[in-house]
Amino acid sequence: MEEEKKELVDFVVTARKYKTTLTEKFKHRQVWKKPYAGDVISHLPGTIVELEVKEGDHVEAGQLLLVHQAMKMLNRVLSPVSGVVSAVNVQVGEHIPKDHLMVKIKI
Amino acid sequence: MTELEKDIQELREKKAVVEMGGGEAAIEKQIAMGKMTARERILSLLDKNSFHEYDMFVKHDGRDFGMDKKELPGDGVVTGTGTIFGAPVCIYAQDFTVAGGSLGLQHARKITKIMDHALKMKCPIIGINDSGGARIQEGVGALAGYGEIFYRNTIASGVIPQISLILGPCAGGAVYSPALTDFVFVVENISKMFITGPNVIKTVLGEDISMEDLGGARVHAEITGNAHFYAKSEQECFEQVKRLVTFIPWNNHQRAKAFEPKEPSAIMNIEEVVPSDPKQPYDVRDVIKCIVDDSDFLEIQEMWASNIVIGFGRMAGETVGFVANQPMVLAGVLDCDSADKAARFIRFCDSFNIPIITLEDMPGYLPGVDQEHAGVIRHGAKVLYAYSEATVPKITVILRKAYGGGYIAMNSRHLGADFVFAWPSAEIAVMGPEGAANIIFRKEIMAAENQEAMRQEKVKEYTEKFANPYVAAARGFIDSVIEPKETRSLLLHALKFSESKEEYRPAKKHGLPPF
Repeated sequence: MEEEKKELVDFVVTARKYKTTLTEKFKHRQVWKKPYAGDVISHLPGTIVELEVKEGDHVEAGQLLLVHQAMKMLNRVLSPVSGVVSAVNVQVGEHIPKDHLMVKIKI
Repeated sequence: MTELEKDIQELREKKAVVEMGGGEAAIEKQIAMGKMTARERILSLLDKNSFHEYDMFVKHDGRDFGMDKKELPGDGVVTGTGTIFGAPVCIYAQDFTVAGGSLGLQHARKITKIMDHALKMKCPIIGINDSGGARIQEGVGALAGYGEIFYRNTIASGVIPQISLILGPCAGGAVYSPALTDFVFVVENISKMFITGPNVIKTVLGEDISMEDLGGARVHAEITGNAHFYAKSEQECFEQVKRLVTFIPWNNHQRAKAFEPKEPSAIMNIEEVVPSDPKQPYDVRDVIKCIVDDSDFLEIQEMWASNIVIGFGRMAGETVGFVANQPMVLAGVLDCDSADKAARFIRFCDSFNIPIITLEDMPGYLPGVDQEHAGVIRHGAKVLYAYSEATVPKITVILRKAYGGGYIAMNSRHLGADFVFAWPSAEIAVMGPEGAANIIFRKEIMAAENQEAMRQEKVKEYTEKFANPYVAAARGFIDSVIEPKETRSLLLHALKFSESKEEYRPAKKHGLPPF
């Protein structure tokens, strides 16, 4: 009981502080960060099989940026926004991991 | 030797071959993995001499890849009937020593046959899973087998209790049968459950993880909530299963077996368990122990979403389900996981005629982007749905805080509670005094010279006026304000009074809970 008491922390729920313990799941939860709309990130690892844009290109929302092969599928990656391509971090044939920033578009 | 004696001799020999499963070498390997054999497991779980095995001579269906020349005793699964403390159960145990316990069509048909039997005889079904997965050589026949098991799990849901023990690997499609059942038991270092294994994850996603970290016993008991009971050994697991069986009925037309009534044995003063300062934590299980017969409480999903406590106890010898906020963990908030946990348990109790007692002390829902984005709205709604839908006796005791949405959710009168008691320490309000004062008296606080002093004064004013049970009592939202010491006797009264409760819902095919 003494040991448990030591782990008590302040925990705020609607303006009031409670003494309580935290679960491991809560402690390890991901802190949310606002994603940048012009970041085109891979949701799966895979291979770039086509690349349709280069730095400096103007792209329209919905325009094909590249084809990314993952999970046995040729995934057409479209531009989420209209803007100018400010960075291309992949090349054809490259194997990329998950959560890789493939293309950055300046809005 | 007469002809009959010869026949009997032959039968015994045939049975002995099947009983050896995959043979000595395979059995030794099973033991080396720290596991018992399928038949040992069944015999440890059931009452002595009660097991009767079915379908010992079933032969497998494999015709391709040389399978037609292979003998697979019992086709890798042991099925039959027996009793636990005299209660009839149907049981099956996959035999890992026979082709890795892999599931082919006949293996599955043995399982579905015993499931059909359980459903017809209205007794619990217990499945012991220990299998490498689908028998690839049988191809689509194995998939058919899984599908036929899932279908029966679904049809039997809410009719007979379904219990799954994961005593080995249980991967791919195989995991869905346990997931459809009511209680899943896992054992440290032995249970492994996942849809896609570490190898596939590594190849496809490049993420490196061990089997234990991906889907070991602890992961499912603590993080995923897929498991309900966690044990350190198979023997402990069997004791847990037996104990659970004493608390639940054989089927949805019966009530759980009544035991000799007993007084609580805990040497605790219920008045001292709960601190009067609503910000101070305590272990709500101590309150339960002050209430239930012999202070005997069987907690379910102890390690997952422990901000809510669920489990069975007995009152005057009869099984009761408890749902209690746990101030000791995350201040007892409701969140996605705790809502899922409570809702599923409430539905189990309702299906199997077990009255529900709710002990309430919660500050509200857990604030956070992760919660909102994880869909706390639809998860939280499951609690409202489950309580509203339930027609078994529903009794609530408000120990301290009952704020906002949490007050409504935790079996309030408005959701159809039959009895709502509140301790004098109860605070039934739209939110905690600090939050409420900040909103209601915002102008006064902003205009004050000393804002903090004004805020404190207004918090005090709000607390005195609203942080009590009497505002709700004045509207009949609670039935009575009771002394903590009266809790057990009033709960016994309420349960006695609800014995012949009848409540009906409009006829429908089924409702649409926010799954």
